[in-house]
Formats: sequence, structure tokens, C-alpha cells
Amino acid sequence: MRIETAPRAPSPLAHHFDDIQQQHEAGELGMWLFLCTEIMFFGGLFLAYTIYRTQDEAAFAAASHELDLFWGTVNTAVLLTSSLTMALAAHAAESFQRKQLLALLAATMVLGCVFIGIKGMEYHHKYIHGLMPLMGLPFEWHGASSGHAEMFFDLYFLMTGVHALHMLIGLGVLLALLVKANRGGLQGDFAAPVRITGLYWHFVDIVWVFLFPLLYLIGAR
Amino acid sequence: MPSPSTAGAVSNRTPKRDYLSAGYTVRSWLLTTDHKRIAILYLLSITLFFVIGGLAATVVRLDLMTPQADLVETETFNKLFTAHGVIMVFFFLIPSIPAVLGNFIVPLMLGARDLAFPRLNLLSWYVYVLGGLFTVYALLAGGVDTGWTFYAPYSSTYSNTYVMATAVGIFITGFSSILTGLNFIVTIHKMRAPGLTWFRLPLFIWSIYATSIIMVLGTPVLAISLFLVGMERLLGIGIFDPRLGGDPILFQHLFWFYSHPAVYIMILPSMGVVSEIIPCFCRKRPFGYSFIGFSSFAIAVFSFLVWGHHLFVSGQSIYAGMVFSILSYLVAIPSAVKVFNWTASLHKGSISFETPMLYALGFVGLFTMGGLTGLFVAALAVDVHVHDTYFIVAHFHYIMVGGAVMGYLGGIHFWWPKMTGRLYPEGWARFSAILIFVGFNLTFFPQYILGYLGMPRRYHVYPEEFQVLNVMSSAGASILGLGYFFPLTYLIWSLMYGKIASPNPWRAAGLEWQTTSPPPTDNFAETPVVVDEAYDYQHIDGVSPAGGAT
Amino acid sequence: MPHKPADVRVYGIVFVALLLLLALTVATAEHDLGRWNFGVAAVIAAVKAFLIALYFMHVRDSTPLIKLVVAAGLLWLCILFSLSLADYWTRAWL
Repeated sequence: MRIETAPRAPSPLAHHFDDIQQQHEAGELGMWLFLCTEIMFFGGLFLAYTIYRTQDEAAFAAASHELDLFWGTVNTAVLLTSSLTMALAAHAAESFQRKQLLALLAATMVLGCVFIGIKGMEYHHKYIHGLMPLMGLPFEWHGASSGHAEMFFDLYFLMTGVHALHMLIGLGVLLALLVKANRGGLQGDFAAPVRITGLYWHFVDIVWVFLFPLLYLIGAR
Repeated sequence: MPSPSTAGAVSNRTPKRDYLSAGYTVRSWLLTTDHKRIAILYLLSITLFFVIGGLAATVVRLDLMTPQADLVETETFNKLFTAHGVIMVFFFLIPSIPAVLGNFIVPLMLGARDLAFPRLNLLSWYVYVLGGLFTVYALLAGGVDTGWTFYAPYSSTYSNTYVMATAVGIFITGFSSILTGLNFIVTIHKMRAPGLTWFRLPLFIWSIYATSIIMVLGTPVLAISLFLVGMERLLGIGIFDPRLGGDPILFQHLFWFYSHPAVYIMILPSMGVVSEIIPCFCRKRPFGYSFIGFSSFAIAVFSFLVWGHHLFVSGQSIYAGMVFSILSYLVAIPSAVKVFNWTASLHKGSISFETPMLYALGFVGLFTMGGLTGLFVAALAVDVHVHDTYFIVAHFHYIMVGGAVMGYLGGIHFWWPKMTGRLYPEGWARFSAILIFVGFNLTFFPQYILGYLGMPRRYHVYPEEFQVLNVMSSAGASILGLGYFFPLTYLIWSLMYGKIASPNPWRAAGLEWQTTSPPPTDNFAETPVVVDEAYDYQHIDGVSPAGGAT
Repeated sequence: MPHKPADVRVYGIVFVALLLLLALTVATAEHDLGRWNFGVAAVIAAVKAFLIALYFMHVRDSTPLIKLVVAAGLLWLCILFSLSLADYWTRAWL
């Protein structure tokens, strides 16, 4: 039941929904369905990885040892922290804590940018050392099975690249949320976008949680 | 016996509050969030693509009237059948019923004011158009010749045609599919009217829901398969490159993981349409309602387990082949359940042959034929002989054209009064349906024989002895094309000169018929409350078996 | 779904657990456990993923429908893997 008063305050309820609960449940369900599509999209890449790794585990292990374990670990910690700040941000939004919301959204973005920065640094390192077999660049592998080692790096750049692309999209959405929160929005019943973005952000984190051991921790170091 | 009724025509004219008159500017259409207007936008776009895809097929069939390559160059021929496949699959069949009839009817059937995400719905149309523009650009710039299946390594390494542009176009359009499916699932879960329990839902909703599951879970794998081809072309990332230990067959696995379920995206909605039409024109509820409903889900789930039957002769392990073969037999079972139930629904029904019913009955017959030939080719040994021949071409056209397109046309005719407030001319419509049926069979039945005799598909030249059957097929295609031309014409004609339609000209069951034709923007004056079971035709017709109080 | 203040503590506990698991998985990688290296890393990754999903994404206190959707996504991934690998892992048999 809607009670109309003279100057109408903006309602969080869209006209085609009956109540706010229905609207929130719909939004959550919609994002989870989208995340299922992401599971299947990344799934194709993980399938390719599984097939090729089981064909030559030794070559993959040797190639994996060329990756920098320290920075990979740091990046994983960075993303896990960003998930924490994102979850706290959603909580702050629902609890009408505007300042905390702004700080936590900003922190999530900073951590995301740190991740991208470290990734860029790693990519640059690979480029310098001839371990970036893209666009005709030379692949300098001095061990056995250079074909399979090259496949490992193809998968490395593909999988982390697609992951990074998803992070960049997430950062864009977070920026939009930051702007909106700065103007006083996203509080209480209007907090759904923060929660829903959080679901996406956590998912991207989960993908990395699997990428890290699969790419950096093959065989003992 | 339902006949189009013009009673209530006056009350339809007085308040001009229907969705069509809610705004006449281009802006009000291009920025609409009304699911009904978005459905019309889709109707216009997919019709355009149908015409383009049909033109490509026309040139192919003209050239195939002679055994030699004499109408177009072979490279052009390859581009034409590729264009036909790409456009018909991705830009016509996949969106057709969900994006047009689904978008229009689903909220109405549920008693809702709109879909769950109206703005995402509009976005899905723009995404579809953007993908279409990329593909049309690729077509005009020079075309792509890989076949709609884009097999590696030809697509990833050797083809020098516009693979990237086409792949990008299809990739983008895939998002339209995903958004549509997502919207339907959330709407069906969260926005049913009070009293509308799952087992009171129209079977069209069950079909759309099952279709949406496939759209959401399958399309991303198409996306990654095209993405990988693109990456190999653009960045030299050799995922399918044997020199790096890569496997071209991996592309086929990823591609068909989507593209097999995709054929069920194309047929399930048509089955849903048939499940609405048959009860209406038999005046009784469908036989085995819950079996028909559950079979939709079974088809959706099983459809994901059979893709390897496209890889029987590709180099896939023979053991995997056997597993996929058995699973392919299993997937036919729920489809058969539907066919038996539709047939049983006719028994002791009060049958009339309005145009929607002609299309629905045509669907049942032609889908059965196409489906049975699917069982032939699901047998590994048979497929070795008929794979990549015209037998396969005939098999899938019986289902896609004899099934899906006829279901689409049946649905368009059935819901035309609701969508436009006008009746189409019944005489011309029945004539066209029969013409289409005749033309279709003349086009595609000879192709079964051609394939069985050994004529390969996608070939520009063929041995002399196949010419007679090819000429028959091309002649049939001309009749089929003519048949499609008629609805295009009289449906447009009906917008201006057709009889005004009442809210329920077919006296059909379903909430969509409880509002005006065309509906107002918000669909219902008040949210309906459902107390009856679905398809309560005895109640609607006032025929009661044992004291039929409400 | 709005959440109660107690959630903040849960977030903190889960976060610490995640970092500990990260340390564990890196430490395990430094030792040669043969085939078990992969198994341990996979299990740890799965546990981390579950913690993020259950607590950060609130799957734990979500409706049965949401849990079903999550399960369906994972099931479909399994379908993609199992039937594809049924090809690759049996090719050598013949």
C-alpha cells in the first residue's frame, strides 16, 4: 500500500514490484544467476588448463616455477583483504554509516588497484624475460617441452588476463558506487547495489583463490 | 468452438490507454522499459534478420539447382551458407520466441506488471542490435567462410575472412540471450500473481523457464569458445594449436557444449507455444500437464549431456562416443513424452482448425520426423555414414524450420490479437500455413534422401545423379519462401485494416486473455488473483462434467 | 538481506582464517609431497572459496532457492569437466 504525500520522497521500491522484500530477493537472485554464467565462462578456461596440465605435468611445473611466488602470495592476500572491506562496506551501507561506507569502498578500490598494479609488474617481468608468447613475441625457454611450457604461459596470460578484466569492470562499478555514496545515496533500503556488487566482487576473488594454486603452486618449489 | 469475437470492440476503443498509444515518439519506443514494446522492437529486428538469412539461403538453393558451380564463386558460396547459419541460428532462432513472445506474454501470463528487470530487458535488445551490427558489418565487408560452427584450426589460424568481426558480433549477442534468460527466471520465481502456484502455471511458462536455464548456463561456454578463437587470431595464443600440445577438438567440445543445448533453446519455446494452442483449439486441458511440465526441465538438463554426438567422427575417444550416444537416446524420451501427450490431448477434444492449430499440428508431425531422424544419427555407426551429409541438414531443418519456425508462426498468430488489438485475415493465414507446410516438405524431404545417398553438406558442386533431388529441394524452397511472404504482408495489413479484436477472441485460458487487447502499459487494472487450475476449458465453455460450480 | 552487527565479527574471523589458509597452502608448496601437493592445494582452495561464499556472500543465511542456484552452477561445471575429460582421459585406451 502506498501513501502519497505532497512532495514525494524518492522510494527505493520500483513500480513493478509489490514490496521491497520482493525487489531485494529478485536482485540477489539475478546476480547469482549472472555469477553462474561467470562460473561457466571461467569454467571453459579451467577445463583447457586441466586437459593440458594432465598431458604434461612436468612441463607445467617447470613453467610455473618461473612465476614469482612472493608477489602471487601478496596479491592473494590483497584480494582477500579487499573482500573483507567489501563485505564491511555492504554492512556499513545497510547500517546508515555513510563515512565508513565511503572509506571501505575506497579501500576496496585501492586494494583492487594494487592487485592490478602488481599484476602489471609481473606481466612486465615476463615480457622482459621472453616468457610472454603473445603477438609473435619470442618465447625463450631453455628446458624440455618448450611447446607445453609455452602452453602454460598462454593459459597464464589468458586466465589472469580475463580475471584482471573482470577486476577492472568491478573497479568501474565501485567507482560509480563511491560517487553515489558520496552524494548520500546507498543507505539503508537503498543499499542493495552495494550488496549486489559485493557478490560480484567476492566471486572474482574466489576465481583468484583457485587461479593462485593452479598457476603458482604446481609441484613443489 | 472458438471464433474470433468482435464483441467488446467498442469498449476497447474508448479509453486509449493501451501500451501502443502510450507514446508516439521514437524516443518513447527506443527508451521504453515496457516489456511489450521491447517485444515489438525484437519482433522487427528478428524479422529483418530472418529475411537476410533467407536471402542467403535463396542464393545457395539457386546455385544448387545445377551440379556445377555456376551462380557464384565457391568462396562466395562458403560465405553464403555461413551467413545463413550464423544469422538464422544466433539472430533469428535463438531470440525468436523468448525475445518476442516470451517478453510480451510472460508477465501477462504471470499477472505481473513487467519483468523483474525492465531496464536490463531494454539493454538486452540494444546488445542484440549491437551484435547484429558487427555481424552485418562482417557480412558486407567480405563475409566469413568457416561455417556457423567456426571449427579450429581453420577459424583460429588459416581462414582469412572476417572471423573476428563475426565472432565478436555473436559474443555480444550472447549477452542478450543471457540477460533475457536471467530476467525470465527471476520473474517466474518472484513475480507470480497471488494463487498462481507452480502447477497452475501455463505450460508456456514451464518451457520458457527451462529455456532460460539453458540460456544462462550454456551461452557463457559459447562465449569462451569464440573468445579463445579470437585470442588465437589476435594474440597468437595457441590454445587449439597442436604445435603447443593444443587440441582443435577442444574447440568442438566447448562450442557444442553450448550449441547442442542451444537447439533446445530453439525448440523448447515452440513446444510451449504448442502446449498453449492445442488445449485451446481442443477445448480441453492438456493430457498429462505435469508430465509435459517436467519434461521441459528434463530436456533442459539432459540437453547438456549429449554434445559429444557432434564429435563422433572428429577424433573423440570411442568410449566417450558410446557414452554420448546412450545419453542422446535418453534425451529423446522427454520430447517423446510431449508428443504423446499432445496427441492424447486431441482425443475426445472439440477440435477446430484455426491457423494457430494448423501450425501446432504441423509442428507435432514435422518435429516427430526430425526427432526420429535424430535417433538415427545418435547411433554411432549410422552417423559415420551420414555425418556432414544432407541427411543431417534435413534432420535439423525438420526441427528448426518444421518445428521451431512453425511454432513461432503459430504463436505469432495466436497472440497477434493480444499484441496488436487486431485480427489477421483467417483465410489468407490458413492458406499460407498450408503453403508453408507443403513448401517445407518439398524442400527438405529430398535432402534426407540426398544425404543418405552420400551428398556431402556445404559442397558447391555435386555429382550429376543428385540433380533431380536438388531441383526438387530448390523448387520447394521457392514455395516455402512465397509462403513466408504472405504472413509478412497480411500481418502488416491487419494492423491498419484488420478487424478489431476483443480481449479474448479465442476464449482461451490464461491470465493474458483477462486484460484488454492490446493491454494497457501496466498490463492489469488490478493484480489478478488466481483460484482456478490451468486450462480450465470446461469451466470457460460452461460445460460441466459433474455440477460445474466455479 | 540486511544483516545484524554480529556479522562484523564473523567477517573478521573468516578473514583471519583465509589468511591462515593462504599461509598454509604456500607452506605446503615448499615441500615435495608428490601427487598430494595438488590434492592439498585443491582442498585448501575449496575451503577458502566456501568460506567466502558462505560468509562474505551470505550463502549460509540465504534462501533455499539461492543455495539451489549455487549448487546448479557448480553441478554444470562438473558436467562440463566430467564429460569432456571422459574424452581426453580415455583416448589412450584404444
